[in-house]
Amino acid sequence: MDISLEKVEYRYQAGTPFERLAISDVSINIPSGTYLALIGHTGSGKSTVLQHLNALLQPTEGMVKIGEYEIKAHQKNKNLKPVRKRVGIVFQFPEHQLFEETVEKDIMFGPMNFGVSESEARERARIALNQVGLGKEILEKSPFDLSGGQMRRVAIAGVLAMDPDVIVLDEPTAGLDPRGRKEIMDMFYSLHKQRQLSTILVTHSMEDAARYADQIVIMQQGRVAKQGTPEEIFSSPEELMQMGLDVPEVVRFQLSLEKKIGRKLGKICLSIDELAAVVADMVSGGVRP
Amino acid sequence: MMEKMIFGRYVPADSLIHKMDPRSKLIIIFLFVCIIFLANNWITYVLIGIYTFFLLGLSKVPAKFLYGGLKPVIWLVLLTFIMQLFFTKEGSVVFTWGPVKIYEEGIKMGVFISLRFFFLILITSLLTLTTTPIEITDGLEALLNPLKKVRFPVHEMALMMSISLRFIPTLMQETDKIMKAQTARGVEFASGPFKERIKAVIPLLIPLFVSSFKRAEELAIAMEARGYRGGEGRTKYRLLSWGAVDTIQILILVVLTVLLILFRS
Repeated sequence: MDISLEKVEYRYQAGTPFERLAISDVSINIPSGTYLALIGHTGSGKSTVLQHLNALLQPTEGMVKIGEYEIKAHQKNKNLKPVRKRVGIVFQFPEHQLFEETVEKDIMFGPMNFGVSESEARERARIALNQVGLGKEILEKSPFDLSGGQMRRVAIAGVLAMDPDVIVLDEPTAGLDPRGRKEIMDMFYSLHKQRQLSTILVTHSMEDAARYADQIVIMQQGRVAKQGTPEEIFSSPEELMQMGLDVPEVVRFQLSLEKKIGRKLGKICLSIDELAAVVADMVSGGVRP
Repeated sequence: MMEKMIFGRYVPADSLIHKMDPRSKLIIIFLFVCIIFLANNWITYVLIGIYTFFLLGLSKVPAKFLYGGLKPVIWLVLLTFIMQLFFTKEGSVVFTWGPVKIYEEGIKMGVFISLRFFFLILITSLLTLTTTPIEITDGLEALLNPLKKVRFPVHEMALMMSISLRFIPTLMQETDKIMKAQTARGVEFASGPFKERIKAVIPLLIPLFVSSFKRAEELAIAMEARGYRGGEGRTKYRLLSWGAVDTIQILILVVLTVLLILFRS
């Protein structure tokens, strides 16, 4: 499902003295099947953009297109449920949304709200739980008896069970240990590939953006500061650093290597393996630095 | 979703009322609530009205906020007005329609009681609009201090109050966040049949309760870690200062009280 934002502006508490411009003139195009990373500092408007992706917020100017739905400013929108069914959002700290008596019921909650039958929802709960790497034995447990990491996975399963076409992730790994972090990110990536989902990842981590995304959008002070493929974005690291953003470690390593040997490697490598291959090539090519 | 609730929120401005000592404001409100019952004829209501608008004018708070405070109670006021209108049976009949008779006294009482409501709400919301919650608690603590003699836990009460006031915005944010998360999971809070909407409260309230308890515990630990051990010997960062404006304001209210007593029938 294609999503596009056209000149979207959003003001919080419009028309009161507390009015605050959160984003303006944001145009982003997300064709079906894209893995897009949305990067920026706290307060850059990432989360506001994210909430437009399934019509939780209505733009105060401009338009959001979600599939065939158009959500325009100054217009009442009715029946957004079909949109929300197709776009699943995993919010920051999604474990805060758990409330049911058992893990199974909580995972079934989303699908059943969208009209899936009970038996099918039960089936989906099992599948989703498996996807997030948890065993069937916790289905009957109370979600509040689980560890923090398990709760996070159950909450993610609750979104996956809705079987969305687009999945929006708001720092899904914040506060997890490095291993859990990698497991969850890899899980989303393989889902993205398997089910041909569109994935939108809001993150602080340049490493994740470099590793998974096909498209990167950098937000700064409520505007899109830069967008492009990871190669394009990371090919001008100075610009990123000026914006106070990090560059992936691999890229940083490559840059200092290039500085040391006094020549360019020809392309920006986004993973260690890629860089290793390029360096090996260079070395075996007999060109001594 | 929750951001529309601006009623009763502190509106910063540079005005005489904002600069007043919270103690004098609290005293004035308390007295005002008492003396408003002295008014019982047109002159006295006009006097109270003039006083109310005098304070509102001084406060420089935009009228929109005052209206925001009045909006939720307008139905209540209307209801009392109608009750007075139909059930007071004194004075001469002004209007007859079948079995319904409207009496002169009924109209008068209806108007008076509605006015009383409006003035009370305006003045009390003026307090929260011009005084930060912390000032209010500080003021209350100072005013209730004598009660310590009879072992009333003044400090603890003030602390409880300031903590709960402090967490109202946090709770609103949290509510908003969970509402959004559940909306994304297909819950409809704003539309749909009444029964469904009642049911929708559960996925909102349970997470809110859970996180509130968790937060309370964390707060208690954080306070103890920073050496909090009750109000004994605790000094204040913000000192209250009683100025000339405060004395003048109290005097104005005293004059109003005297006038009310003179003119009431």
